[in-house]
Formats: sequence, structure tokens, C-alpha cells
Amino acid sequence: MDWLYNISLNHYLALSALLFIVGVLGVVMRKNGLIVFMCIELMLNAVNLSFIVFAARHGNETGHAFVFFVMTVAAAEAAVGLAIFLALFRNKETVYIDEANELRH
Amino acid sequence: MSHDDKLHDSHTANKPILLTLAILSIAFIGSGIVFADSLQVQNWLVLIPLLPAIAAAINGIFLNKMPKWLVTFLAVGSVGVSFFISIILFVQMKTGAGVINQTIYNWMASDGLSVDIAFTMDGLSAVMALVVSGVGWLIHIYSIGYMAHDESYARYFTYLNIFTFSMLVLVLASSMPLMFVGWEGVGLCSYLLIGFWFKDMDKAIAGKKAFIVNRIGDLGFVIAMLLLFWQIGSLDFASIAQGAGQLSTMMVTIICLLLFFGATGKSAQIPLYVWLPDAMAGPTPVSALIHAATMVTAGVYMIARLSFLYVAAPDAMMVVAITGALTALFAASIGLFQYDIKKVLAYSTVSQLGFMFLAVGVGAFAAGIFHLMTHAFFKACLFLGSGSVIHGMHEEQDIRKMGGLDKLMPYTSKTFFVSCLAIAGIPPLAAFFSKDEILYNAFTLHYGSPAWLGIVLWSVGAIAAAFTSFYMFRLYYMTFSGESRASEEVKQKGIHESPYTMTIPLVVLAILATIGGLIGMPEHVFHLPNFFTANLSEVLAPANKAMGEYHGSVTLEIILMSVSTAIAFAGWFLARVLYKDASSDVPAKMKQKFAVVHKIIFNKYYVDEAYYYAFIRPIKNFSLFLWGFVDTYLIDGLLVSFTAFVVRSAGEGLKLIQTGNVQLYILYFIAGAAAFLIYLWQGAGM
Repeated sequence: MDWLYNISLNHYLALSALLFIVGVLGVVMRKNGLIVFMCIELMLNAVNLSFIVFAARHGNETGHAFVFFVMTVAAAEAAVGLAIFLALFRNKETVYIDEANELRH
Repeated sequence: MSHDDKLHDSHTANKPILLTLAILSIAFIGSGIVFADSLQVQNWLVLIPLLPAIAAAINGIFLNKMPKWLVTFLAVGSVGVSFFISIILFVQMKTGAGVINQTIYNWMASDGLSVDIAFTMDGLSAVMALVVSGVGWLIHIYSIGYMAHDESYARYFTYLNIFTFSMLVLVLASSMPLMFVGWEGVGLCSYLLIGFWFKDMDKAIAGKKAFIVNRIGDLGFVIAMLLLFWQIGSLDFASIAQGAGQLSTMMVTIICLLLFFGATGKSAQIPLYVWLPDAMAGPTPVSALIHAATMVTAGVYMIARLSFLYVAAPDAMMVVAITGALTALFAASIGLFQYDIKKVLAYSTVSQLGFMFLAVGVGAFAAGIFHLMTHAFFKACLFLGSGSVIHGMHEEQDIRKMGGLDKLMPYTSKTFFVSCLAIAGIPPLAAFFSKDEILYNAFTLHYGSPAWLGIVLWSVGAIAAAFTSFYMFRLYYMTFSGESRASEEVKQKGIHESPYTMTIPLVVLAILATIGGLIGMPEHVFHLPNFFTANLSEVLAPANKAMGEYHGSVTLEIILMSVSTAIAFAGWFLARVLYKDASSDVPAKMKQKFAVVHKIIFNKYYVDEAYYYAFIRPIKNFSLFLWGFVDTYLIDGLLVSFTAFVVRSAGEGLKLIQTGNVQLYILYFIAGAAAFLIYLWQGAGM
């Protein structure tokens, strides 16, 4: 497993950034609410990855603690978010977010 | 209009009640004087102005909801008690207490400025307080009858009481700002009462005119007050008197002239006299109280109160004297040809006020105040008499349509005649002494102005006195003598004498006009004590000291007295020949012969028209410019509409980025966050 330790920090951060950008693009561009939702999770996990890497590299447990908090919040957020989509679907028969624009009018 | 259908009011005299009230009054005054020390009457000073104010507040709040007798009781009673307290305090002051001061509370205190609500009763303000509350009380009583059938009875008395309150504050105030409160208060009440029957547009306009002209004068008063504060740092009269010495002559002259400008507005002198003749639109008792006896004399009082300041500015005194003399002559000449009974009296008032200013201008402050007092008696009597005539003639004011009233209105006729004698200066009635003293002092002018000016002023005053005698008796004969020239309509309604509430004040005032002059007889001629001058000597001491002692010749005074008596009789005689019983055709012929002169004077020298073209029209045009261009285009257009346009366009533009597309918002957010991060990164790099 030595090779794992030989992967440089920059590799990890590059992966994290890539994941994050994929998440951002998904959030910005996709119209399907559920996909947007998954992309948000993707962004959170990209951040989690960089936390973990920094924690491992510096031998500091704070990063791990942060990751647990992020996962907890993400779980709560998933519950709330999915409830919102359920409500949206019940009212409008859709989960496409560009169709939920009543507040603009 | 309610005053049109005023009916003859026949109160039945309720003798037991009146008797009880009289006894109670005398008991009140007596106990106040006798037990002065144990009752602490010095602390009653504030009650003199306060009582009418309380009555005004109650009447003003409840207006017509209260029974009429209660309104009358409060309004008339409060002024009566004020008068009684004035008497008690006057006696107290004369019998040992000296000047009475009372401080109520500290009105304003800031860096260097401290003004108290404080009242002072000294010789001068005591005279004024007695005249205001005394004559005011009689006029209140008179108003009971005169206004009996007016629908706004309570409102009338509310205004009248506020007026009395303000006027008493004015004369009892111990500092300039408090005096100014009274000064403005009386101006306000003057406006309210001139326009009392405001449904008549002309009357409302007359009220406005009075108010605006007064405001112009008030500006002078305010500036003078600010200058005094700037120079002396204090505004109560005692401090001003102390600090007056340190002012430069230039500054004193400016202050005095500005104050005099204020006085010309309030006291109807050239150039601001124009409002007073129009002020006759108000109810006649108001004309008597405000526009003859009290308010219009405020300017004279103010100059006498600040006499120590005026003697330091001889040039200002000269201006006052010349303005006074000119006003006396000018107004008297207009009075010669007027046909409205109240207009004649109005111009007569302006003219008499001119005499008072002539007096204070030549340094005869006591004589000015003396004439003020006697004038209050006989002019109030004349105005109330004219009110009685108007009341009895069913709102007829044109003396060409009167005549023959002496049989129908015996009380009014006799008291009017006595007052005419008094104002003309027939000895020994009131104005003989007061006017003669003014003319004597003008002739022997010895302070400030060159002596020849004194003789000029005397001549002008003497001519004005001749005019006075002539137009007053002209008025009397045209109104009361001969056959009735009343219109059929008036005759049918019946011409009648006024009720006793109106005739009693007339009789009292006529008696005062007869004997009022006796308290101020020139001492060195008659060798009788001159109570009036002695009473004022303490207040006027600084001024008299500055002017120096002067002993006139007794012979000269007797000669001048004879001359003015002769003038008075000449005017009377001429008026009697021309106007008695309307039998002479000379007036009509003269009128034809001098048609141009008559026309000019009859139209009051076209002063109103001149003012219209010189001041009112330019100001109106300027206002129209301000409204039509500055306000419409600059204020409304540039400032208001353009600002609104900018904000709205910005909103219209920014509206476009609010698409309702959440993903776009997120993009903005990310772009912003990225920009921020880049900025931080750049900053860290630098």
C-alpha cells in the first residue's frame, strides 16, 4: 500500500476539485431536481475528501470530525430536500426545478 | 349671517343679582387691599393674565355646548377679577411694596441665554394693566348685548379672552421674548376677530391683510431682539437697561429703528398703517378694544418701556417723532371726508396714535402714555357709541343715511358728544390735558433733534388737532342732529336705543373721558399734583436723567394751551356751521369746487393702490414665477420627478437579472464567490 502514500497531496486536491466542479456544473445546468440534489451531495463529498486528505497528511483528527458533521448535515438535508421534492411533485406533477417559478410572478 | 338679523335685546335688569355682584366686587377689592400682607397678594400677579386664559380655554373647548350664561360669566367675570386684582396690586405697589416681580419658571436656559416666565408690575405696566383690564372689562360687558344674538357667541368671547390674556402678558412681561409672545398673541387675536364673520370674503381678507402687515413689522421687532441679545447677551428689561450703555450709538440707533418699525406695524403708523382702517370689518366692540384702546397702543408702550434705549439714539427718536406727526396729520386729513362711521373713527385712531408717537419721539414718554390712557377712554367710548348706533340702525354704517338719532338714542348721543368734546381737546376734558402736553413738549423740543424741528412738529400737530376737532364734530352732527335720513327699510324695523349692557359701559367711559385728564394736569401751571407723571417717574427715570432737566416757561405753556383750545373750538364751530342739521349746502358746493382734491383724499390718497403696484403686484408676480417655474420645473421636475425616474429606471434594469431561475442565481453566487476568492488570492499574493 506504499504507493498510496506516495500519491501526492496535489493529486487528491485535483480529484476533489474535479468532483466539486462536476457537482457545480450539475447543480447549475441540470433541470431535474433529483439530479441537482445528487450533485449537491457530490460537492459535499468533494469537500469531505479534501478534509480527509488534509487530516491524514497532518495527523490531525479535526478533519475527521468535520467529515462526520458534514455527513450528518447532509443526511438531514437529504431528508428535508426530498420532502420538498415530494411536495413539489404532489402539487405540480414534476420535479423539474425550472417549472417551479411561481414566486417570480 | 347672524349679525344681520340681530334683534333688539331687552334684558330685564336683574337688580338683586347685580347688586350682589357689586357688593362682592367691592368686598373682594377691599379685602385684597386691607389684608394684602396676609393674603400674599404679590403672588397674585400671574393671575391677572392667567384668569382670562383659563376662561378662554374652558369656553374654547366647550364652545356652544355650554349654556350662554356660563360662557358670559366665565368670560366677563375673569376679566373683571383681573381688573380687581390689578387695582389691588396697584394700591399695594403704591403703598409700599414697590415694584412687584413674580417669576413663574425658567422658560429657556441655554448657553448664555436665560429667559424666565416672569412678570413685573411697575408704574408703567400698572397703568397699562389697569387700562387693558378695565376698559377691556367694560367692552366685555358691552359685548354681552352687542353679540347677544350671534351664533358664535362663545367663540367670540374665547377670542376676546385670549386677546386680553395676550395683551396683559405683553404689558406685564419682564423680558423681550415674553413681551413678544404677547405681541404675537394680540396680533393673532386681531386677525381672528377682524375675520370673525369669515363667511364674508371681504372680512376674511381684511383679517389677512392685518395679519400680513403686522408680520412685516414683527420682522423688525425680532431682528432688534436678536441684535439686543447679540450685543448685551440678555433679554430681560433690567439687564438691557444695565447693558444699554455699552452699545455703540450706531447699534442703538439700528435697534431702535427696527423696534420702531415693529411698532409701526402694530400701532398703525406710516408706512404700515393700511391694515387698521380695513380692520373695521370686525365686530365693533373688537374695534373698540383691539383697534383703538389697547393693542394698537402696544408700540407706544414698547417705546416707553425701552425709553432708556431710545434716549441713547436721538436720531431714532427724531424718526419716531416725524413719523408720528406725519401720521397724525395724514390720517386726520383722510378722516375729514369719510362717510363710514367706523372708518372716520379708524383714521382718527391712526391719527391719535401718531400723536402718541410724536410724544415719545420728542422725549415726552409720560405724555405719550397719558394720551394713550385718555385715548383708550374716549376712543373706546366713541367706538362703542358707533357700535350702539350701528346696532340700533340695523347694520347701517353710512353717516349720510343717519341723522336725527339724538332723540332716538339719548344715551348714545350724549356719551358720543362728551367723547367728541374729549378728543377735540375742549378743556377740561381728557384729551385737552394729554394732547396739550404732547404739543407743548413738541414745541419745546430740547433733546435729540434741532429746536426748529420742534416748532414744525408742533405746527403739524396743531393742524392735525384742528382736523380732529372738525371731523369728530362733523361725524357727530351728521349722525345725531337734524332729521333722520335713514332708509325706509331701517325706519320700518325701528331705530332704538341699545340695551343697558351696552349703555352702562358707554356712560362709564364717558365719565372717564371727562375726568380722566385731571390726574395728569401739568404741575407747574396749575400747581396741583400730577399723579400720572409721578407714577411713571421711577420707570422713566433713566431716560429723563439722560435727557437732562428742562424747565419750560409757564407763560409759553399757557399761550400754547390757549392756542390749542382755540383750535379745538374753531374746528367744532366750523363743523357745526357746515353740518348741523344738514342745513348748510356749503359742503356740497365745496365738494364740487375742489372735486379733485376731494377725490384724492376720499380715496385715501390712493395709498392702497400705490402699495398694490409697488409691492403687492411685484411680490405676486415673483410668487407666480416661483410657483409656475421654480416649483413646477425645478422642484417638482428636477428634484422630485427626476429622482423618481432614476430610481425607477435602475429598478427596471435590475429587474432583468431576477429571472426566477434558481440555477442562474446559483451561477451568480458562484461567480461572486469565485471573484471574491480571486480577490483574496491576489491580495495574498501582493
